[in-house]
Amino acid sequence: MTTLALPGTLVDAASSQTALRRFLHDLPGVDQVGAEARIAALSTRSIKKQAKLQAIDMAISMTDLTTLEGQDTPGKVRALCAKAMRPDPTGDAPPVAAICVYPDLVATAVDALQGSSVVVASVATAFPSGRSSLDVKLADTKMAVDAGAAEIDMVIDRGAFLAGDYGKVFDQIVAVKQACRDAHLKVILETGELATLDNVRRASWLAMLAGGDLIKTSTGKVSPAATLPVTLVMLEAVRDFHDRTGQYRGVKVAGGIRATKEAIRYLVVVNETAGPAWLTPDLFRFGASSLLDDLLMQRHKQQTGQYWTSDRIPVA
Amino acid sequence: MIDLVTPTWEYAPAPEARDLANIKPSYGLFIDGEFVDPRDGQVFKTVDPSSEEVLAEVATAGPADVDAAVRAAREAYDDTWSKLSGRERGKYVFRLARLMQERARELAVLESVDNGKPIKETRDVDVPLAAAHFFYHAGWADKLQWAGLGPDPKPLGVAGQVIPWNFPLLMLAWKVAPALACGNTVVLKPAETTPLTALRFAEICQQADLPSGVVNILTGAGETGAAVVGHDGIDKVAFTGSTAVGKQIQRQIAGTKKKVTLELGGKAANIIFDDAAMDQAVEGIVNGIFFNQGHVCCAGSRLLVQENVHDEVIDRLKRRLGTLRLGDPLDKNTDIGAINSSEQLERITSLVATGEQEGAESWQPDCVLPERGYWFRPTVFTKVEQTHTIAQEEIFGPVLSVLTFRTAEEAVQKANNTPYGLSAGVWTEKGSRILWMAQRLRAGVVWANTFNRFDPTSPFGGYKESGFGREGGRHGLAAYLQTGW
Amino acid sequence: MRLDVRKTYKLSIGGAFPRSESGRSYEVSDHKGGFLANFSQASRKDVRDAVVAARKAFPGWSGATAYNRGQVLYRVAEMLEGRRDQFVAEVGASEGLATRKASREVDAAIDRWVWYAGWSDKFAQVSGSSNPVSGAYFDFSVPEPTGVVAAIAPQESSLLGLISVVAPIIVSGNTCVIVASEQRPMPAITLSEVVTTSDVPGGVVNVLSGFTREMAPVLAAHLDVNAIDLAGAAPADVADLQAAAADNLKRVVTPRAEDWHVDPDPGRILAFTETKTVWHPMGV
Repeated sequence: MTTLALPGTLVDAASSQTALRRFLHDLPGVDQVGAEARIAALSTRSIKKQAKLQAIDMAISMTDLTTLEGQDTPGKVRALCAKAMRPDPTGDAPPVAAICVYPDLVATAVDALQGSSVVVASVATAFPSGRSSLDVKLADTKMAVDAGAAEIDMVIDRGAFLAGDYGKVFDQIVAVKQACRDAHLKVILETGELATLDNVRRASWLAMLAGGDLIKTSTGKVSPAATLPVTLVMLEAVRDFHDRTGQYRGVKVAGGIRATKEAIRYLVVVNETAGPAWLTPDLFRFGASSLLDDLLMQRHKQQTGQYWTSDRIPVA
Repeated sequence: MIDLVTPTWEYAPAPEARDLANIKPSYGLFIDGEFVDPRDGQVFKTVDPSSEEVLAEVATAGPADVDAAVRAAREAYDDTWSKLSGRERGKYVFRLARLMQERARELAVLESVDNGKPIKETRDVDVPLAAAHFFYHAGWADKLQWAGLGPDPKPLGVAGQVIPWNFPLLMLAWKVAPALACGNTVVLKPAETTPLTALRFAEICQQADLPSGVVNILTGAGETGAAVVGHDGIDKVAFTGSTAVGKQIQRQIAGTKKKVTLELGGKAANIIFDDAAMDQAVEGIVNGIFFNQGHVCCAGSRLLVQENVHDEVIDRLKRRLGTLRLGDPLDKNTDIGAINSSEQLERITSLVATGEQEGAESWQPDCVLPERGYWFRPTVFTKVEQTHTIAQEEIFGPVLSVLTFRTAEEAVQKANNTPYGLSAGVWTEKGSRILWMAQRLRAGVVWANTFNRFDPTSPFGGYKESGFGREGGRHGLAAYLQTGW
Repeated sequence: MRLDVRKTYKLSIGGAFPRSESGRSYEVSDHKGGFLANFSQASRKDVRDAVVAARKAFPGWSGATAYNRGQVLYRVAEMLEGRRDQFVAEVGASEGLATRKASREVDAAIDRWVWYAGWSDKFAQVSGSSNPVSGAYFDFSVPEPTGVVAAIAPQESSLLGLISVVAPIIVSGNTCVIVASEQRPMPAITLSEVVTTSDVPGGVVNVLSGFTREMAPVLAAHLDVNAIDLAGAAPADVADLQAAAADNLKRVVTPRAEDWHVDPDPGRILAFTETKTVWHPMGV
């Protein structure tokens, strides 16, 4: 998958370490208090009835159902895949967007998901810390791609970013994108470690300039993970990137989103920041595991009017 | 690849329960702790501006009623209120604050229905702030000797207070809370089009067992207000409203011993520099002029944008305005409610027409206007100059005038080029520039990287023809105490 | 005839009610010398734990808005009012006061708490300032809470004096460790129950009963305690406690003869605040 060509000014911005630094530092700042106030205002949206049901189904179809544990086994992955394809046998919930696993379990997932619309995403590049050589990271990526992963969730080198070595971060993303071949590249910024919204804006642009198809908030292994203000800034970045290039890049929020109410807040922010064009699994994802269960519980409640029990939601 | 068919996700109607407002068919005047019929029997109707439906019949206080209320306030002051310790007075005010919190939802719905503003705002801004004002001032009642206004500051006596229709309950709180905390008694006249929350506040006074006559509520129109202001038994006049009426009041009390504070109109400049945090600045523009349908004395009604980022800011602003939701004020997702009255709607419409005639370019987002009620779409005028009427006159509606500037000095010059001086906004990431601008802007309130933020601890009021005196904070107490100036 | 359920009096640390880790207790008598109750006798380890709890609670409590703290403290006053009868009985039994006098104490104590609650969003306006320095600088000074404050509660005035020492400490955002009156600790323990059930986060107010002479020196020398109010310390001990406090330059409020019924000034609030002054240039 080749990167679509960028307009000249943006190509220039990436032409050297100095140019890149100047471009990123020239981006408008983010006023943290103002961003949080905007989120507070958007959080008052009251999404009910049909709108709520629609949001729940959107969220389910945008879910990357995830297991990233040292104790994962092929059995666990198979169970998760079954749930991904048919989240709720007692209802008619849509399948999720993807499964997300470690590279050594990709083959198992590909096998289990044969014939379904659910794709296999794999983390790579020394996830979650990203602390290793480029060669190791590329080998990690290649392993996942060779095994059949359709999407790669890479991590950026946060150490290099915070040290100001934007060129190094950029080059790594470019190299990983190349190793992805036809697979989509999601770039995890690990916003919890970037600390400021200004850094989130800069990292978002850096990742998109380097060819990332989608920017992702977190590994889920570090707290804080996804937050609404961080997501606001990332959605502004993809919106502005589209303004300048005509290209669509996506956003994925991962880590710490457990409740339907919270997921719907995210969708409201997507809807009113980047716009309705981003309300599709191609451009917005939830990286989650337990969120799916709550979405299914709320789905039943919306349909039947009864509060549901998790006893009736199959586990994976 | 990417499916570029734009999905639609409509927010379903999310209406708040209208009958929580619990409106009676008619209301009397609240004098000396009771609801009484007006002596000359005049009544008028108050309507819901989003539907033009009549809500209730309300009394007009005539001269005899005004007299009765002022006498009740005077007696309450002499016999009861001035004899209470600050501590006990404070406890009454704490009660009022607590009751407002307990009845918050009812008050929010009532305010929204009577005023036309969105429930989201009454619920999240008007009512909580009003309660907070009472809490803040309750705590001052027994601490006045440390307010920096003398070792034993005394109240003025009976305060006559006239408030506007844009934030009815909040303006009542800004007036009544400090007056009571400082030991005064009150005769308050709410605006003609928004009497209901003041009357509900009267019920709250009863629930709090507030001694009779300490608070009196007289509904009516301009004549009632003039009668209150002009009554000999009033020691202190407090008015929030238009500059024109403010000047009338200052004339009316000339030669008397009455103290007066006025909080009047504005034509605030919201100034955006090229290094502003752009997305937040755009939010600041929207909050500045479209919050409360622009019915805000301190509204950022003039956008002064640095010329080199004009187009970018306007593009972002237009896109942002596309997500504004205009409609039923009781829908929790409504951002823009109704214009308060047909008179105000006419004024806005006429000034907008003038704007177009004088050569400015107007733009509005697509909003479907409901069939009944008073509505006006958010409007942005570009290519506006200081000589245009719409850059000088307060429109008091959702209409923004956009001008440009090149340097900070020029921004200051244009911002100050008005007889008004209530507020201003400055958007830049450079701290020293914020402080330099704040020093030079002739405005009583300067908001940097924010707008339309209010707090009971923070003094609010104007320079020049936006009025004098401050409300809120330690400084706001001076209006209700004998300070000698 | 119904047997009543008697209460066990424990310490209050971090929002929980543990017994002393030492397992010790001591007898407290009523004013006639008869048995009133057994109280936990706090050890130095309990003191250590209380300071840890207070330090942990400090960022949250000092980070709350002044409005929020005022609301929480006002709520405590509502709870105090609700338990008025209980306090009247306890103050009466502890201090040997007839109901009428005990009521007067309790009413004054509740009003005192309300008075302090109302300062939360005002003391900064009274003690802060913008300073007209020479030069193009905006210069302002604001009071900030100092941190963890220890207080030896008055020995005689078991509720009014106690509240007059506790409330001014926490209204600005400090957290505290309170050594209750040794012979009249009952109202202090009840106060800690009120505080714990009133939205005050755990650890903001920690109350230890036991022997003052055992606990005071530990607190005075504790390097993670920022200030100490010696109101209830024995006069003979004050000099040593002041000397011990010097190890980390604690801010010390020394005892003086107080008529707790007299309305105070905000001095006790400000005694536990630090003044921060900030400069910023003003220029285009």
